[in-house]
Order: sequence, then structure tokens, then C-alpha cells
Amino acid sequence: MYDKPRFLLAGDRGLLVEFGATIDPEINGKVRQIFLSLEKMPIHGVTEVIPTYRSILIFYDPLQSDPDRLRQEILDRENKLDKWEIPPPETIEIQVAYGGDFGPDLDFVAHHNKLSPEEVIRIHTSGTYLIYMLGFTPGFPFLGGLSEKLFTPRLEKPRQFVPAGSVGIANKQTGIYSIDSPGGWQLIGRTPIKVYDPTRSLPFLLRAGNYLRFKRISGEEFQEIAGTHKD
Amino acid sequence: MDIMDIFEVIQPGAYTTIQDRGRFDYQQYGVPICGVVDSFAYRVANALVGNSQGQAVLEATVFGPTLKVLNQGLIAVTGGNLSPFLNNAPLPMWESVTIRPGGMIQFKGVKGGCRAYIAVAGGIDVPIVMGSRSTYVAGKIGGINGRPLAAGDRLNKGKGIAKAGNRVSSNLIPTYSNDIEIRVILGPQDDYFSEGVEKFFTSTFKVSDKADRMGYRLEGDMIMHRDGVEKSIISEPSVPGGIQVPPDGQPIILLVEQTVGGYTKIATIISPDIEKVGQAKPGDQIHFKQVDIEEAHRILKMEEEKIESIKMSLMR
Repeated sequence: MYDKPRFLLAGDRGLLVEFGATIDPEINGKVRQIFLSLEKMPIHGVTEVIPTYRSILIFYDPLQSDPDRLRQEILDRENKLDKWEIPPPETIEIQVAYGGDFGPDLDFVAHHNKLSPEEVIRIHTSGTYLIYMLGFTPGFPFLGGLSEKLFTPRLEKPRQFVPAGSVGIANKQTGIYSIDSPGGWQLIGRTPIKVYDPTRSLPFLLRAGNYLRFKRISGEEFQEIAGTHKD
Repeated sequence: MDIMDIFEVIQPGAYTTIQDRGRFDYQQYGVPICGVVDSFAYRVANALVGNSQGQAVLEATVFGPTLKVLNQGLIAVTGGNLSPFLNNAPLPMWESVTIRPGGMIQFKGVKGGCRAYIAVAGGIDVPIVMGSRSTYVAGKIGGINGRPLAAGDRLNKGKGIAKAGNRVSSNLIPTYSNDIEIRVILGPQDDYFSEGVEKFFTSTFKVSDKADRMGYRLEGDMIMHRDGVEKSIISEPSVPGGIQVPPDGQPIILLVEQTVGGYTKIATIISPDIEKVGQAKPGDQIHFKQVDIEEAHRILKMEEEKIESIKMSLMR
């Protein structure tokens, strides 16, 4: 974590506020606090705020504000963070059916790490994962906290089609595909829960700064949940 | 709002999408802004047909669509000159024009620029998804089922009133050159480069074939990172106009359909110049010029005043 945040210009409407140089839960915790304070009480002239791994990107209207004013506001806010009653992060549970058609690469991930498929599932479901940020596709979580026992390289040849809900591993990361798309992650399971559904009034299930756990379900339970969540 | 059919799409053109000023407040969830690339042409098009700002228009790219007119309406075509025709006669651009049932709008090839905007009085009406009608193709939302126009689509418009013959005075109409100067602010990661920065400002870059609403890949001198620095950064969101330099040293201008990226950004294009990029085609040449933030904001204010003066002149 930096002693003082770094302020970097991102064009004539963007200001990037960096709180540290690494991927670190403590730095991301600071990002979350400042971000939520900005949501709770917006700064005049700020049009949109995006939390990231270790920084906040602030969009502003140059007719109403400028980087100097924003810098001062952010520094003030950082000094008085304890005044803001920021709720603790939430933990959301994501149900996953592992292996078989749901996770065609489970055996590969097990073999690569000299584990049994059961051990892979046990390790994957015992972790608590920090949602560092969302992006890449709508609602896709960049998660931290994967056990190094499960690190596995990407597929040599990406799949043309990966169904939404697929849970995969790529190197040191695990994640959930939020929409049907091509993809190169090793797929170990699938969730029937839609982390992103543009037709819902709240399209997104996950928020940056919160935590996530995976819970194992059977194929029958998958079908049951998928059925009740149908539109 | 009264809705009526306005167009049947006979041919969609190379890449025509429904766009408005963009989708805001959802970038924290990984949804890019989208919206028009050429904001000036878009805003003027809406002003010409009496629309409030924010109404949706068609953004046509290089080869425009062929549209059959289903009901009387008022349109304005602005932006790149893709040779618009109405009923086999040239359709004047930067002007509001009445269209009648049975009429046919066609585009006969690029004369200047790259993207044209077709605004209809009342706006193109499609469902609003997360606050916007903009099409986001990769995310499959907005516009018509999240995709570009296809033959057979029927487009609706909302209710609008304005008069034909609204015209932008010719000195305010932009000209689109094949050799453009783009003004940028350094950063956010200019400290990853040293001589690379100088080279970036003295080189001429060519727009490659890989140029779309996500980004423009450029070809030219290799922009080197400073010795000993990482060539990538921890992924962070992209700003439209950010200029990434990947390890191969060939810059990529990021546009409106980007979410996050892990490459260093040497500089960021000022907002009023993003539309110039949006009108550049593969093969066109680009030079970059540095401005500081104060100058960038002065330019932006002048651009706003220009649009306001156009709106005022149309109200008279």
C-alpha cells in the first residue's frame, strides 16, 4: 500500500487513483471503502466511479470539476474514512456441479496437479475468494484466493463455445463465465445461477470488494435450480 | 410515447448499429460505455431533427445500409460522407430532410470519413437496457437483440416534431482528412517509457485493417518500453481514447467497447479528438500531439460552445 495515493491522468475526463502496486486484499479493501463512500456521497462533478484491483477510476465532467479539486476531495475523504460507516464485505455462495459435462477439464486439472478429482473439488470449495473487480465480459469476476495446489495453465486451444455459468481455472485464477463466449480456461464445473442477466432489474449478482465461495451440488440439483431460474 | 414503423432494412450495410450517447453507471460491473464513436456528428444529427440529446440513431460504417421508408418522417445524416442517396438523388448531409413512405435511402460508397449517423425525429426506438439503447455486440445487449442491423429488420421511431431544411452552416461542418493530427494527454502509464515517448510524438502511424469500435491497431515505428520495467500492468478499466502499447510496440487506440486491459497506456486522446479517430479508415495516417490538461479542457469547452451555437442557430 502506498503512503499516499498516486493520482494519474486518464485523459480529459478520467482520473486514476492508485492505492498500491500489488494485488493485495488490504489494498483492495481500501479501494472498496473509498468507492462505497463515493457511492454514498458523490463528489460534485463526478459522473462515474469504477473500483479495480488496486485503484479507482473516476470519470468527471470537466465543465464542473478538475483533477486538482478531485485530488483534494479524495485526500480529505481518505483521512476521514472512519467517519463513513462502511458495511463489511458480504460473502455470496455460488452452487457448482463439478465434473462430467459440467466440467470437462476436471480430470485434466486433477492429473496436472497430481490430485484426484474429488480432491480438486474439495480444495476448490474450501476457499474464500475475493472479488477484486468485474470486467472482461459483463459481470465476470476477477477472483483472488485460488489455492496454488490447483494452478493449471490455460487450454492450448481455446474452445469456440463456453456456456455461461462455466467455472474454470487459468493459471493462478479461477472464475465464472458470465456470458456464452469462446474461452481458454480449464472448465471444472458449472453453476446454474446467472451471475449476469440483463433482463433482471438487478442484472449483476456480484460486486467488487465482496467475497465468494463455491458450494458443490449434484447434477440433479443443478437441473432443479436451473429450472426455477428460467425466465 | 407514440411509436411507429419508420424503416425496413433492405440491406444492413457493412456494420450498422443502433447507438445513443452511451451506457453509463455499469462500468463497475464490466459493461463498457458503447454509444456513438463520433459524438459531435451524433449530437448535431439529433439537434437537426429536433431530438433531445440522448436519442438513439443509426451508426453506419464505410458501406451504409439500404433502408425502405415506411412512414413519413424527418431525418438528418451527418458524420462521414458515405454518399447518401434518397430515391436516387443525392441526399444533402448536415441538413434535416423529409422522407415519405415508399422512399429508399441508400449509400453509394465512402467519399470522406468512415462513420455516418442517421438520426430520425423522435429517435430510433428499441428497448432501453441498463439505461441505454446502445448496441453492445460482445455483451449481446441493446439495439436489436444486441446485434448489428440485419436485412428484414423493421425499425421504430418515437414521436418527434421538427421542420425540414434545418442546416448546419458550412464553416461548422468538419472535413475528414486521410492524414490527421490527434491531441493527447500523457499517461496514465507514460512513466513506463522514456525515448518511447519522443518517438510516439515524432512518428507517423498508419491505421491497420484491425480497426473497429473496440479499438484501432496502428502500424509504425516500434514504441519501446523503458529498460527494466514490466511491459504490462495489473488489469484496470480502459478510458475511450486510451492508447495502449503492448510488448510488440505497436500502439492500439482503445475506443468505446473496451472494458479492462493489462497493457500500459502511454497517452490518452482528448475527448473532442476521439471522433476524428472514429472517422479514420484503414490506411489513413495519424500523428499525435501533446497538450496539457488545462489546454485539453479549454478545447473541450470550445467544442461544447460550438455545439451550443449550432443548436441555437437551428432554433431560430
